[in-house]
Amino acid sequence: MATFKDFRNKVKPNWCPGCGDFSVLAAMQRAFASQGLEPEDVVLVSGIGCSGRISGYMNAYGFHGIHGRALPIAQGLKLANRDLTVVAAGGDGDGFAIGMNHTIHAIRRNVDITYIVMDNQVYGLTKGQTSPRSEMGFKTNSTPKGSIESALAPLEMAISAGAGFVAQGFSSDLKQLTRLIEEGLKHKGFSLINVYSPCVTYNKINTYDWFKEHLVNLDQEESYDPSNRMMAMQKLMETEGLVTGLIYQNKERPSYEELIPGFRESGLAKQDLRLEREKFDQLVAEFS
Amino acid sequence: MIKQLSWKVGGQQGEGIDSTGEIFSTALNRLGYYLYGYRHFSSRIKGGHSNTKIRISTRPIRSVSDDLDILVAFDQETIDLNAHELHADGVVLADSKFNPVLPEGIQARLFSIPFTGIAQDVGLAQMKNMVAVGASSALLGLPLEAFHSVIEGKFARKGEQVVEKNMQAIREGADRIQQECGGPLERLLLEESDRKKRLYMIGNDAIALGAIAAGARLMAAYPITPSSEIMEYLIKRLPEFGGTVVQTEDEIAAISMVIGANFGGVRALTASAGPGLSLMTEAIGLSGMTETPAVIVDTQRGGPSTGLPTKQEQSDINAMIYSTHGEIPKIVIAPSTVEECFYDTIQAFNLADRYQCPVILLSDLALSLGKQTVEPLDYNRIHIDRGKLVTDGEGLKELENSELFKRYEVTEEGVSPRVLPGVKNGLHHVTGVEHDETGRPSEQALNRKKMMEKRLRKLGQGIEFQDPVHIHARHAEPDLLIVGINSTRGVIQEGMERLEENGVKVNHLHIRQLLPFPTDQVKPLVDRAKKVVVVENNATGQLANLIKLHVGMGEKISHILKYDGNPFLPSEIYNQCKEMLVHGHV
Repeated sequence: MATFKDFRNKVKPNWCPGCGDFSVLAAMQRAFASQGLEPEDVVLVSGIGCSGRISGYMNAYGFHGIHGRALPIAQGLKLANRDLTVVAAGGDGDGFAIGMNHTIHAIRRNVDITYIVMDNQVYGLTKGQTSPRSEMGFKTNSTPKGSIESALAPLEMAISAGAGFVAQGFSSDLKQLTRLIEEGLKHKGFSLINVYSPCVTYNKINTYDWFKEHLVNLDQEESYDPSNRMMAMQKLMETEGLVTGLIYQNKERPSYEELIPGFRESGLAKQDLRLEREKFDQLVAEFS
Repeated sequence: MIKQLSWKVGGQQGEGIDSTGEIFSTALNRLGYYLYGYRHFSSRIKGGHSNTKIRISTRPIRSVSDDLDILVAFDQETIDLNAHELHADGVVLADSKFNPVLPEGIQARLFSIPFTGIAQDVGLAQMKNMVAVGASSALLGLPLEAFHSVIEGKFARKGEQVVEKNMQAIREGADRIQQECGGPLERLLLEESDRKKRLYMIGNDAIALGAIAAGARLMAAYPITPSSEIMEYLIKRLPEFGGTVVQTEDEIAAISMVIGANFGGVRALTASAGPGLSLMTEAIGLSGMTETPAVIVDTQRGGPSTGLPTKQEQSDINAMIYSTHGEIPKIVIAPSTVEECFYDTIQAFNLADRYQCPVILLSDLALSLGKQTVEPLDYNRIHIDRGKLVTDGEGLKELENSELFKRYEVTEEGVSPRVLPGVKNGLHHVTGVEHDETGRPSEQALNRKKMMEKRLRKLGQGIEFQDPVHIHARHAEPDLLIVGINSTRGVIQEGMERLEENGVKVNHLHIRQLLPFPTDQVKPLVDRAKKVVVVENNATGQLANLIKLHVGMGEKISHILKYDGNPFLPSEIYNQCKEMLVHGHV
């Protein structure tokens, strides 16, 4: 059986020292191993940006695509072979700016994939511009006088779009993050895990210390019920999204694959493509 | 007895114009006639003039006709807009409900018949269409029982009574015209057909059927005219094969899903038209760079921008060849008949797998939506070639020390072995970033050069595509070589026959493989011709420019262009070619 070390490869990440994404990589590796997966069972599909490089640092199958399109690639892949464990990953710019449309529709569609967003509230790889997750007033190269747009609230939006699994982690809490990813992998349907993953180079406001001071950990709230949609929305609004843990889960909602009429139980990619003569004749006869 | 005639039905969009044409022509097809139907419609759901023109013949035809023998009109607008096409001894069958009048100067004979009234008496005003079908058939002397199976196919699920009522409407329409003129009109009597069974379908049906035959199990697409029928057919049919269609949020998602699915090992396709293809261009580059097969159908329509959504044009040729930034290997093929839509779709999947690159199947509105008689499709021509695809770990070298499978191994032909995710010892990474043989990002200059050359080598020697050009060349040194693409094949053929009858020596070349360009096949034909005229539905001569780029000889290549949204008529080809031969230009 594979251990988390089997999911490591020899490539040295080009992330800055102290980048939150290191923990996300480690948590994924641990979660894959603890779920009994082998490297060949997993495909990590990623977008563009610092975080998008993650697929190259994982010893598994990987697909590093184009900006904002990790989710449609991942959904196509999962529909092609539902025997694979498909995880999509990328940054907040990737998922909540250029790829927002796909995020909302992936939630609606509910294909059984896990989506991990490394949220650092800034654009790192293009050297520090504002992101849709930057707070109002946030100063960057593209907002020298402070951002005049409000920050997006992705988790409230995900819940209102019908998400079946919404969680949030923090790079400093590897244990909780690993557990959340494990839960996401187990969830049948689309799971969204947003991770506060600080950018140590371009975000001097939302630092590790700042998060430690502001984040509310749901694991410590015994009365919190993640199956209660209203409670989840209320908690997110109360904390302005500064919350970690499993926020909402609906175990009843069937995945997209389960609802497709006639969709095969095992991966399409493994099945015979040939069209039988008799079937061909039947199809053609309809045009006579 | 005549060998062919032309019939048109028109009215307000939403009035069942389409199904009137459908039922009339399906019956004729079953009687063994060759048909070609073209729909004129607007980009709206209800209202606005729409018509279906059907050409009926005892020999194969692949284009609309210049003129019209019978016009069925459900409103005065139909007469006003279409009467000019009528023969001097043509016929107008019009609903007496709107007191039809022929415009001044039109010689045709007008029969004003209470279509709606008769239909109401039978039971339902909507059956006026069937009354018109019956009247039309009686004029041609067609056996009315030919309609029974068609009506049954369409209405059986609504019950036997509905079928019977529709048949009654057809009979009453026929009776009525018999009363008016005592039987079929001598001038419209069609010669007996050969009674052979043939298919009757649109290009989009053939593309969809081809995708199933090729083993495609996933389609991701966003609805757009004129490609939606491909998706609609597959939504109906793919579940029988365990597959599915995803109607995506946009075209970018559609092509990205197709790339994901193909990476996963399933043959997947998307289909769209110009505006959708514009959105897909970035991802087409990803398919090229990651060497992931992808089949993309572009059913061209009027551009630019939203342009003419429901009209004919062939103006995406440049975009399909040149779009996507950077340089990738890409294949563009253009079927010219409905049969080729079927066979070429199968070939497109084989080429995509074989060369591990995007393959664009270029169609156009007239080919995609024009309904026509099709020779039986040959099951034995279905052939699946998945290229260098490894589907299980058998024979794969064990990977040690977290090494990766060399997905981008540098090979002589440029194509590398491809392993599907899930296979042990096949672990690899694909990326749109420049990468080394294992798929790891690398910007190193030598690597870049090596990988770029490897990718471009795939198509460097040409591709194995059957019939990259269609040649009809009887003359060693013709006066004229007419060149075309996609749906103009039939109309060029007819224009050419008329020119030949007038003593002009004409060859015909239809180009089906646009990228890589089949210079070796095209050049000798251009060489031998005194003059070359390229016929295309666009304003700038994209195909002519492509030919000049590859074979030179610009001084003898000119073009006939049409970009008003309508397909060419045979007379336009004939007249403009003649003018060209006399004056040296159109």
